[in-house]
Parts: sequence; C-alpha cells; structure tokens
Amino acid sequence: MKTIDASDIYYRQLNEQIDEIITTDKNVTLNNVFGQRYIGRGLPENVKIKINGFPGNDMGAYMDGAELEIFGNGQDAVGNTMNNGRIVIHGNAGDTTGYAMRGGEIYVKGNVGYRVGIHMKEYKETRPVIVIGARAGDFLGEYMAGGAIIVLGIGLKKGEDLTGKYCGTGIHGGAIFINAKQDKYKFGKEAVLMKLTDADISLLEKHIEAYGKYFKIGTSKIKAGNFSKYAPLSHNPYSKMYSK
Amino acid sequence: MSLDFSTPLFEVIRDEKKCIQCKVCVKQCSNKVHSYDEEENLVKADDIKCVNCHRCVLLCPTRALSIKKYSLEFRENANWTGQAINEIYKQADTGGVLLTSMGNPKPFPIYWDKMLLNASQVTNPSIDPLREPMETRVMIGRKPDSLEYDKKGKLITQLPPQLELSAPILFSAMSYGSISRNAHESLARAATELGICYNTGEGGLNRDFYKYGPNTIVQVASGRFGVSREYLNAGAAIEIKIGQGAKPGIGGHLPGRKVDEDVSATRMIPIGSDAISPAPHHDIYSIEDLRQLIYSLKETSGYKKPVFVKIAAVHNAAAIASGVVRAGADAVVVDGFRGGTGAAPLRVRDNVGIPIELALAAIDQRLREEGIRNQASLVIAGSVRNSADIVKAIALGADAVYIGSAALLAIGCHMCHSCSTGKCNWGIATQEPELVKRLNPDIMYKRLVNLVTAWNHEIQELIGGMGINAIDSLRGNRLMLRGVGLNEKELEILGIKHAGE
Repeated sequence: MKTIDASDIYYRQLNEQIDEIITTDKNVTLNNVFGQRYIGRGLPENVKIKINGFPGNDMGAYMDGAELEIFGNGQDAVGNTMNNGRIVIHGNAGDTTGYAMRGGEIYVKGNVGYRVGIHMKEYKETRPVIVIGARAGDFLGEYMAGGAIIVLGIGLKKGEDLTGKYCGTGIHGGAIFINAKQDKYKFGKEAVLMKLTDADISLLEKHIEAYGKYFKIGTSKIKAGNFSKYAPLSHNPYSKMYSK
Repeated sequence: MSLDFSTPLFEVIRDEKKCIQCKVCVKQCSNKVHSYDEEENLVKADDIKCVNCHRCVLLCPTRALSIKKYSLEFRENANWTGQAINEIYKQADTGGVLLTSMGNPKPFPIYWDKMLLNASQVTNPSIDPLREPMETRVMIGRKPDSLEYDKKGKLITQLPPQLELSAPILFSAMSYGSISRNAHESLARAATELGICYNTGEGGLNRDFYKYGPNTIVQVASGRFGVSREYLNAGAAIEIKIGQGAKPGIGGHLPGRKVDEDVSATRMIPIGSDAISPAPHHDIYSIEDLRQLIYSLKETSGYKKPVFVKIAAVHNAAAIASGVVRAGADAVVVDGFRGGTGAAPLRVRDNVGIPIELALAAIDQRLREEGIRNQASLVIAGSVRNSADIVKAIALGADAVYIGSAALLAIGCHMCHSCSTGKCNWGIATQEPELVKRLNPDIMYKRLVNLVTAWNHEIQELIGGMGINAIDSLRGNRLMLRGVGLNEKELEILGIKHAGE
C-alpha cells in the first residue's frame, strides 16, 4: 500500500504518479486530495484507490475495472463513460454521476445532483448499477438505455421526496427503482410504472445489502418489495415521430 | 382510410423492345419497384416506390431502362412548388417529422464557385509538379508559439502530438450503423493505403478494424457509443463531435431496426435498441466543461494524440471556434450547412447553419486577430466537391478538409437522398446483409484511392500554377483568390478582392 500526499499537486502529475505506482503496487491511498480531476481515469482491474479529501470532476472517467473509495464528496460526472469497476462515495456526488456508464457500480452514501445516470447503457452481461442512499435531483436516468438506478431514501425528512422531476425522460432501456410509492408525475412520459419481477427483487436485495456493508448502515428496514419500478415501454420510443 | 395524395417523383421507362424479362431489376431493387407478371410475361414497374438510385438502370444487361422525372405538374406557382405541396400532403397523412438524407439541396449560393484562383505569368514562374518536388503533406495539431534550439541546432521544444496526412484530405465521420461494414472497410483500407485518415463516426470501432488504427480517428459524441479506454487509444486522433453541419443543434437517432448483432457489438448496446444521441453532451454546458472533456480524453490517451472538436458552422462560428481553441482542442473541425447526413429532419437540414466558405474565412480571421491561430489546426467539411474546392479552402485558411459525400459517391452512392430508409441498393447506407454484400471492399477501396490520388495531383497542378510548391505556403494566402459576382459584404467576410482588383 503506497500513499501519496496530493496537496498542491496538479492533476496531471497526480495521475502520472498513480500510473507509476500501480505498475508495482495495486493499492494506493491519496491524502489531502483537493479538486484534482480525472482520478482513476481508465484504470484497469485489481487497482484499488482510497481517496481522502475532495476529488474533482470526472473521477473514474472511462474506468475499466478499478475500485475507488472516497472518504468525502464526489463532484460532477463521477464515473463518466465508465466501462467497469466500482466507486464507493462516503458522502454526496454531483451532477451527471454515471453519465453513459456501461458497466460497474457506483454507491453514493448520501444525495446526488441532476441528470444522474443519464444515458447509462448495458451491453450483454455488463449492466451498470448506481445506488443512491438518500435522494436524487431532476432528470434522473434521462435517456437511460440500460442498467439500474436504485434510490434508497435513507434519512429523508418527512415530506421530502426521493427524486426531482422529469426522471426517466427518454428512457429506452434499464430501470429506475425508488424506495417509495413514487408519483408518476415525477417521471417523463417514456417511463412507465411496472411490477417488480423476482429478478428485480434479488437485484435490489443484493445492492441494498452491499450498500449496508460499504457504509456500515443497517438496511434491514428497507424492503425490496416496497420499491416502485419505472422502466421504458419501448426500446424504440421515437420510431413513430418521423414520416419518410 | 383517407385518400392517399402521394404521387410518384420518378417514372421508370422500360424499352419493351430491349427488355428480355431477365428479372435482374426485380432482384436488384430493394424498394420493390419492379415486378414480373408471369401471365403477360412482362416486367412492370410501380413508379411511386422509385427513389432514382440508378441501380436497375446500370445493371440492366440490355440497357432497356431509364428513369425520368415524373411528368405530373401542379399549376405553375413560384411559391407553392410541387415539393412544398407534397410535403404538406405527407405530413397531413402521417403526422410525422419529415426525414431526409445527404446534404442541403436548396439553391443557396455556393461560394466556392464564386471564387477564382490566381496563376503565375512571366514573374514568379509557375512550377510543373511532374518535374519538380511538390509538398502536399500536412501536419494536423497544435503548433508551439516559438521554437527553441540548443547550440548544436537541435530542437529542444517538445512538439504537441501531430497527425501526419499525405494529402490535406480526410474521410468524414460516418458511423458504422449509418453506413455498412463494407463501406467502413473500404474507407479504412483506402485511408491506410493513402496515408490519410478515416473517421469512425459516433458508432464505435468494430473489433476487426482496430488494425487500421494508425489511420483512424475515433469519435466521441453525446451518446458515447462504444467509447472506452481501449477505443480512445485505438486511433491516431480523437474527435469530439459537438455538432454536424447537416443538423446543427440536434442529436442523432439510429433506429433499432438497424442495430443488428455486429452494430450492437460495435456500439456496445443491445440488439434492436434505438441508439439515441442527445442533442447536447450533458457534461458540457460551457467552454470550461468542453476543456474538461478534452482533457479527460487526453488523460486517458496519455497526451499522445491530437484531440479534434467538431462544430457545425452557425452564426457565431468565429467566437465559438475561438472558445474551442482556448478549451484546448488541437484541431477545430467546422462542418458547413451543406454537409451530408444519414438522416436528418428536413426542416433542420434545409434551414439551419451557414455556408462553410464564410464560416471558414471568419474563423481563420478571428483566430489570427486573437493570436491563437497556431494553437489549433482548422479542418473544414460541408460539401467539398473537388480539388479546386480544397485549394480554395486552404487559401481561405483551412489546414485540411473532410470529404464525406464525395467519398461515398466514389464507392457507388448515386445521391438519391434515401439513406435513412436503410434500403440502399448500393450497399452503403444499409445493414441488410443481402444489400451490404453488393459493395465489394476489395474493389471499392481502390476507387477511393483513385479519387484522392487524382485530387492530390490536381492540387499540385493548381498550386504549382501559382508558383507555390508546398501546401503550407498557400494556407491563408487569400491574395490567391478573387471573387466574381460577390457584393462588398461577402468580399469583406471572405477577406478577398474582387476579380479585376
């Protein structure tokens, strides 16, 4: 396990140092991270990075199997176009978290910003998952084309909603699971309330349990059967829009 | 069901004396225009299905076929043309957005044709490319502000990554999905043989084509299809697609029926699922955000490849291009309003954007005024039809040009504007295996090589005639251009004098 003190290091040098260390030691701890971008970009399997502080935008972009654990908040575009791997954030994450991610998992202990999981997609056996502990902003899962977004709603005040508006607008694949009787008006017209299948229940149970384990939070009160599932009616939502 | 108001656009003329009822036309037409009537032993045509792609005409062994404009006329009306009327009928019938393909066909001015080139006479003699060395090679990428050498005269300055092209020509971004696998293979092999580049478009890079990497530009668009670490490191350069000349301001939409197994594997999406590219990149709302994406790509590709940013030519193109350069792009690509497309809403294609000639002149001028022209190369697209267009573009300030429609014409496109139907009889804009195999990459790549070789020689002839022996000496040399029939404002924007001045 190697440690880097990231104070006053520009992101390019910081990422170069990480690249160098992982040629010999796959475990790296970064201390005093303060806004450096692109940490973990494109990193492969078996690399594990612990981040203490405040990593900058595009953390884990194009990541290809590495694991990041952040003891702080994530900023915008966490896991942008990520292919595989896992990101665990002991805090909140910003807008467009999981943009176009194609595989891997992102666990956020608290809240996330706008347009989270936009254009997430799945391909064959790779199905990305974003688990959000508390609540999500507007346009959650916009243009979603695959994978799963799970919103747990832990620690919300009474009357506080689990998502913003326009969720699942343009969705044409994957599903959004909300731990509440979420009203349809919060969702775009392409997203439809659907019945949970057995496969959904086991997917939810697996990720709720993992969430509890990563953040050491009891999740026994969260029942998979209580979730509302919003999924697309069609994989071809706009096929009738054109005349040839 | 109400009465269908649609009428044919074309009429298939069959010379019955020549027709031998061989049924080649019946087999060849994916639009099912031709049919064989056994009772009468006649081949018949349903004109309304004809898109005028010439496939049957060229394959008819007895040359019995020709196609004419359908002679049905509406009462003459300069305002309500037949096309305008038929569009209303179609939309009233379907309730749908009109979809079309290829570039804007409207009679807007073509500025290439209103500019003429100079040639040397008496002084500064012209150069004959057949007998003298002539340089058409270009280097695309950021150039340093100054060069430093050590005492022995060795260069100390580290050059940013450059893309070397043997001619100032690249093949435009056309995704696998919008065009066929065989069309892609033809482009990739031709680019490799020529020492230029082709562009994957936003549909990812097929595993089988990784071997053409040194001559490949990989594109990153808002849908991020097929974009991965491996993909970003597979090509010679990376291009961020912000906009496209044929459809500025809107996204793309590959219908699920075109997403077969191979397209699905290349785009990394499920078979049959629509591939929707949102209109904006949702991680880019500002020049600073664009910089963030540019540098995320540079970080992931080890700062070894130039990053291009492609924008559509729109009203404030010069200011936008300045922002793009300041965001860190190594090359700005500008696509004019005549640029082609596999599918675009007709109203957008025909009404949005500006001519590439004006955008190019304005951008080059602006970047020079701001002292940042060296920081990025300028590549233009949006209807470059021949080598003279290229020479004029370079004299206006371009480093290189993308050719899309011209490249497709070289491999058999007949400009029928029907790409979006997916039934391309020439095997280009289709994913139907029976149609795709009509396009033989072994033959077609050579036609592309021929085209670029011919153009490159013509470029040498044209610049040699001006007494110039390297394409770099022509770049931005607007004194080599004169306008004909242009008004003061047009001349001012183009930065050229009128013929006779």
